Amino acid sequence: MHEFLAQLFNGIALGGIYALIALGYTMVYGIIGLINFAHGDVYTLGSFFALTIFTALGVSGELHGVALIVDVAIALIGAALLCGIVGVLIERLAYRRLRNAPRLAPLITAIGISFILENAMQIWKGPAPVPFPAVVPNPSIVIAGVAVGAQQFLLVGLAVVMMVALQLFIHNTRLGRAMRATAEDRDAAQLMGININKTIMLTFLIGSALAGVAGFVSGVYYQSTWFFNGFGAGLKAFTAAVLGGIGNIAGAMLGGFVIGIIESFATWKFGGQWSNVTVFAILILVLVFRPSGLLGEAVYERA
Amino acid sequence: MIYLYFLVAIAVVIAAQRLNDLRAKRVLFLLLGAALLCAPLFDRNDATFNVLADAGIFVLLALGLNIVVGFAGLLDLGYAAFFAIGAYAYAMMASPQFNLHLPFWLLLFLAAAFAAIFGIILGAPTLRLRGDYLAIVTLGFGEIVPQIFQNLTKYTGGPNGIGALDFPSFFGRSFGQSTIPYYYVVLALIALALFFAYNLRDSRLGRAWMAIREDELAARHMGINTTAVKLAAFALGASFSGLAGVVFAAKLSLVSPDLFQFQVSVLIVSMLVLGGMGNIPGVIVGALVLVLVNNVVLPQANTIAASAGLHVDFGNYHFFIYGAILVGIMLFRPEGLLPSRQRKEELHHAAA
Repeated sequence: MHEFLAQLFNGIALGGIYALIALGYTMVYGIIGLINFAHGDVYTLGSFFALTIFTALGVSGELHGVALIVDVAIALIGAALLCGIVGVLIERLAYRRLRNAPRLAPLITAIGISFILENAMQIWKGPAPVPFPAVVPNPSIVIAGVAVGAQQFLLVGLAVVMMVALQLFIHNTRLGRAMRATAEDRDAAQLMGININKTIMLTFLIGSALAGVAGFVSGVYYQSTWFFNGFGAGLKAFTAAVLGGIGNIAGAMLGGFVIGIIESFATWKFGGQWSNVTVFAILILVLVFRPSGLLGEAVYERA
Repeated sequence: MIYLYFLVAIAVVIAAQRLNDLRAKRVLFLLLGAALLCAPLFDRNDATFNVLADAGIFVLLALGLNIVVGFAGLLDLGYAAFFAIGAYAYAMMASPQFNLHLPFWLLLFLAAAFAAIFGIILGAPTLRLRGDYLAIVTLGFGEIVPQIFQNLTKYTGGPNGIGALDFPSFFGRSFGQSTIPYYYVVLALIALALFFAYNLRDSRLGRAWMAIREDELAARHMGINTTAVKLAAFALGASFSGLAGVVFAAKLSLVSPDLFQFQVSVLIVSMLVLGGMGNIPGVIVGALVLVLVNNVVLPQANTIAASAGLHVDFGNYHFFIYGAILVGIMLFRPEGLLPSRQRKEELHHAAA
């Protein structure tokens, strides 16, 4: 029971990271029907940006008081902003020209961008995992006899706050309404005077910024990052988005936590070498038996 | 010297593509084949034929994937899984691992059949998915297969893989350490693959694939059993990969899970994208160009850089090259460098 709870809490923390990444997948898929394969690498880029900012600020160990809040805020916002810009650039360079091309064409460029980003990060920080400073203090809190790090609460709290903010934004602002309209019917939205290019850019900005937040969080939480992290994490987050129902924001959150918990339990029960196999098997099973996901509507063939 | 082989082969294939006369095309291919057959008589450099055999293995892979991606229009991002299945089939049945020593020639056919069966197992439930979902499912499959080979340490040697594979033999004569026999095997398999690929393309099945690629709904309404036809593409494509896997494993005398990662699948997709998906001469050229870059140009660039006192490892730029090819070609010339006329029309029509 003790181990069960410990793994559950680990899974929820991991799931928070997947959920944040999954939001970007689901938003982009919802609006332009593209599996943005490079999204996982934007997430890794977020942790690299955060690390670089901490280094620039001279942070190498645990912070306290005002310095903690200020430095963390700078790194978090900086990583999110830079990732957002990268996301917008990727859309502009690699996807926009292909918006009306056969659907597989932008998927192929997305894979290309992913490889380019991975290679760039490998050259930037080297091929080995890079240590990340333990910035945030991590006192343990005991719940039902299980010691849980305070960071896990912060992580999950941050993820939930981001998701609620995103929901509010999408449902209560003009820009959010424009996004929903564009996702629903791009041509009709354009006729209603919505600037499609700007709306899609905004989607990439927000989705990539959330990936940046996830990258920051994972760096702080795991105290390490690696240029190739985004490949696996991206696939798992995509699995989460599909499991939740792609295009559905609440579904991405749910899917993220479910996948995080499943991975955590798979690692515990079968060993870490089986966790990827488990998650990808779930991906295949969900796509085969319930491609609309847990919360999604039926998907129709759109050529 | 090695450049000469590649450049001649590429030039001949491009010339053949340009010619309209079918008979002239055939003559050109036969001449190239004859020249390649005779080459070891004049050049006994083992290293050269090692690279050429590798190039041939990738030509085989590209021809196989071309059936799935190029003809039927199904993006398969896990093609290396079938390559792995072929290679492990040889490794497990022709090595001290289980003390099985089945002959190479038998295993060629067995592995092709295994790979085709796995193609059907993967394809049967997934082929009704939409194109992009199918791509991700195949990617997942491509990740699972090498991981399973890595995890089942008892049977597959785990992360270290299986070594000391049997040398194939031909009428009692062992291939030994020489790479030239493998070169001949690869040439023969390419000839076989070309025969199948061309005949399939022009068959009823091939026309059905292209109909599906262009408009699946319309194809279904014309009475094509789309699921069966797609499954055939998957199985046939996979069998080419299985064959290539056996030769690859035998030549290396070793298999390990890290030889069959996602990068390999993307490398083969890059070959198709570069050369022109769906066009047989195009994908051959794509495969030759990328093998030339990977196995010859980059290592030489390293040597040159090192002698100039620079510490650059151009081997680190593989991903960048594949990525740049995928992005650049899809944006600016989606039909590839050497497309078939029909495919070019389709893509430009669809984009308009």
